[in-house]
Amino acid sequence: MSATDPSEVVILAAADMPEKEPRAASPRRRARPEGLVRSLLRNRKAFAGLIILAGFILLALLAPVIAPGDPSIITGQGAQAPSAEHLFGTTPKGQDVLALTLWGSRSSLLVGFVVGLAATAVALLAGLTSAFFGRAIDNGLSLITNVFLLLPGLPLLVILAAFLPPGLGTVMLVLTITGWAGGARVLRSQALSIRGTDFVAAAIVTGEKSLRIMFREILPNMASIVMITLLGVVIFAIGAQAGLEFLGLGDPSVVSWGTNLYWASNDGALMSGFWWAFVPSGAAIAFVAFALALINYGVDEVSNPRLRSARRRPFGTGTEVAR
Amino acid sequence: MQFVLRRLGFYLVAFWVSVTLNFLLPRFMPGDPISRMMSQSQGRMTPEQVVQMQALFGLDDRPILQQYIGYWQSIFTGEMGVSISRFPSPVSEVIASQIGWTILLGATALLIAVVIGNLLGILAAWRRGGALDSILPPFLVFIGSFPYFWLAMGALYLFGVILGWFPLRHAFSAGATPSFSPEFIGDVAMHLVMPVTTIVLVSIGGWMLAMRNTMITTTSEDYVVMAEAKGLTANRIMLRYAARNATLPAVTNFGMAIGFVVGGALLTEVVFAYPGLGFQLLSAVTALDYPLMQGIFLTITGAVLVANFIVDIVYVRLDPRVRVS
Amino acid sequence: MTGITDAAPRNVLVVSDLSVEYRGEKRTTRAVDRVSFTIGPGEAFGLAGESGCGKSTAANAIMRLLRDPAVITGGSILFDGRDVLAMSPDELRSFRWREVAMVFQSAMNSLNPVMTIGDQIMDIFTTHEGMTKKQARVRAAELLDLVQIDAGRLKAYPHQLSGGMRQRVVIAMAVALHPTLLIMDEPTTALDVVVQQEIMAQIGDLQQELGFSILFITHDMSLMIELCDRMAVMYSGRFVETAEAKGLFANPRHPYTRALINAFPPMHGPVAELTGLGEGVRFTNIPDLVEVSPGHLAALDSAGTHDILGGRS
Repeated sequence: MSATDPSEVVILAAADMPEKEPRAASPRRRARPEGLVRSLLRNRKAFAGLIILAGFILLALLAPVIAPGDPSIITGQGAQAPSAEHLFGTTPKGQDVLALTLWGSRSSLLVGFVVGLAATAVALLAGLTSAFFGRAIDNGLSLITNVFLLLPGLPLLVILAAFLPPGLGTVMLVLTITGWAGGARVLRSQALSIRGTDFVAAAIVTGEKSLRIMFREILPNMASIVMITLLGVVIFAIGAQAGLEFLGLGDPSVVSWGTNLYWASNDGALMSGFWWAFVPSGAAIAFVAFALALINYGVDEVSNPRLRSARRRPFGTGTEVAR
Repeated sequence: MQFVLRRLGFYLVAFWVSVTLNFLLPRFMPGDPISRMMSQSQGRMTPEQVVQMQALFGLDDRPILQQYIGYWQSIFTGEMGVSISRFPSPVSEVIASQIGWTILLGATALLIAVVIGNLLGILAAWRRGGALDSILPPFLVFIGSFPYFWLAMGALYLFGVILGWFPLRHAFSAGATPSFSPEFIGDVAMHLVMPVTTIVLVSIGGWMLAMRNTMITTTSEDYVVMAEAKGLTANRIMLRYAARNATLPAVTNFGMAIGFVVGGALLTEVVFAYPGLGFQLLSAVTALDYPLMQGIFLTITGAVLVANFIVDIVYVRLDPRVRVS
Repeated sequence: MTGITDAAPRNVLVVSDLSVEYRGEKRTTRAVDRVSFTIGPGEAFGLAGESGCGKSTAANAIMRLLRDPAVITGGSILFDGRDVLAMSPDELRSFRWREVAMVFQSAMNSLNPVMTIGDQIMDIFTTHEGMTKKQARVRAAELLDLVQIDAGRLKAYPHQLSGGMRQRVVIAMAVALHPTLLIMDEPTTALDVVVQQEIMAQIGDLQQELGFSILFITHDMSLMIELCDRMAVMYSGRFVETAEAKGLFANPRHPYTRALINAFPPMHGPVAELTGLGEGVRFTNIPDLVEVSPGHLAALDSAGTHDILGGRS
């Protein structure tokens, strides 16, 4: 398992919520989203993750300022080690690696977040619908979800990307199709659990319309799990996009972290020992993924206090006595 | 029994979806793929092949339902067409020659990662707040954030190019003849170290964390408290009461992880030029060898479904509550 | 309340001024606040109170089963004269189940779902008595016989048994090593009324036969009067009244005790009107117990009154 597949990341977070009958959750009033954000900021892990992520987003936005011009034009001699002129060195072709890495962040982050939002939206829709519109629809949707979860991700990605016209749109579409199922299962479980609570039952009995109940009663209480799902899918999307591009199925003309690695491999940078050509882009992916994972664990710890690091006594020593 | 039958039905549906997907995709391709492939193969395609390609892409004149049924028939006979890049070998032959290496790589990596990861998770949960629990999970999660293939590239560079400890590519040294002799097996093992290690490193964090979290939940269950009250030894409680129950979700996850490891193995093979299906897939993509691509997709999917089914059967053995019909 | 030491026969359990706190990240809650009681040999002691009053916490504290973030912050627990709070992990392990055993509220949750009933009973014998599996199996069958369950059920898994059967299995497990004290934490709450009566009868029979003391915890007062010799009523971590069972029912002195008794009208006798405490009444600053008549103590201060939220009464 790695943090580059949405179902995996959501499994980590939802290991506490196995696929079983929805627990009777204690009745809660509409949860306040501001409370969640504030406790997140206080959580060390989440805070660190947010800082790192913000840093990358900033660099992505400022890329045209820091490294103006087209990053793929040749600006120096091929395969130069890092120097004052080229801080990250040059590729075998002679392009500036720093510029490529900075500009690459724009495409990678954009695809990551677009796919994240799209796939989470689909998953949320599927989960809510499943929980709310009766057994038959639930069974049907669950079947579809489970099939998508079962089919191996990368081969499916490859086969879809190979047959559709190459381009960023295809990549985004294909990643969304393979990325929604993991979140759908978890969101359905949570939605069912909330649906079983008393205050939702009250809403149904007083005749509130289904859609209204879905969006005003159930959804706000799912804030933290939706966020975990979203971040998980973003991690998946960034990694999977890189994987696709590495295989040559992306759009090689676009500058992104994945295509940088593709060219590094293709141009023999690896075998010739020009490490500066492939380290930055890969490290960037790793750091962004790690930042997102940190935020995820923070959200999980905030909403599931049992997982917070506790001063645990060794097992079997009995209750602590402090007289 | 009912559980097993339900799962079997589910896998059949999944298989049907993948076959239908394989069938429909070429038919939705815009433009004219045939001429593209002809120029790709530089005029080496024979008229029979063109006819076969046309059938594959649905460009012949049969009604679509007939094409669909015909496609299913060919699936059952194992005829997946002829590969373009390795012309004239049939796709099934190409796949069969290299699937063994992927299974070797994937299975080894998965088993090592699962066993070690889960053991570490159990230990970390048992000694919560200890060194294992505080340091290892964040570290492994960090490593797990690396894309498979990038870590593979780094390992290849560091241990292969710079340090020269391990061979750089392929499954065995050039010129060695495959046999079951110790030398050959040793050679294969050496070539296996880096690819397996990179997959294990990236995936182990996930297993450890999931098991640790499950164990934490399990140890707060009433039956563990009761076991403590009974005065049983800590070891017995940890193994027979806590871990035994905590492994159930892990078994479920194992089934799902098979699909993920396959993906990871594919990318790792590309980096190490390991002669498995992943490497084949890459060259098929580059050569626009659609029949081969489709064949690999179906094979991998089928294998994952079968593996999952086996895992389900194991699960039934482990969880007595499911055996009730 | 002072513990009675060296008086014959020696008290099985002497709890003095016990306090237990839950230390959370943000705040600390006192779940048990300076509670004292004693249980003599062969005596059945009932502990009643509403959900969340601390009775389960107190019971779990006796065996030191409470986990983080619970901490025992004061008082002492003497079992047969031994200081439970000073025991080492090894002493604790051999103390548990041999001297004190516990029956938890939900048998379904307290049995390991992936082990057979037989294995879970045999566990006790192989650990504490060093028996072989064969010997343990024989003893396990005898135990099941004691609670009228067929020995064939040894191979069954918990989910294959009915609720009442499971509870009987758990009770059988508890008496396996002939402990001196049996703690029963709401053993019949999860069962329906008919099965409840069966289980209560079973407990009574076993006590006659084996002669153990019982600490019986419940929120249902009517169950207690059948089984218990003495009783205590708990509210918000403190005892508000303690007396001989019949005396407590006949003449409850604290308003909370009265309300609790009235909440569970007896199954027999004329129809009684249910009167509760009244809306919003909460007791604060519960004073220490004082003797209001021989053997009968209540938490009333010298003026014979009690504090409630919003003033005195």
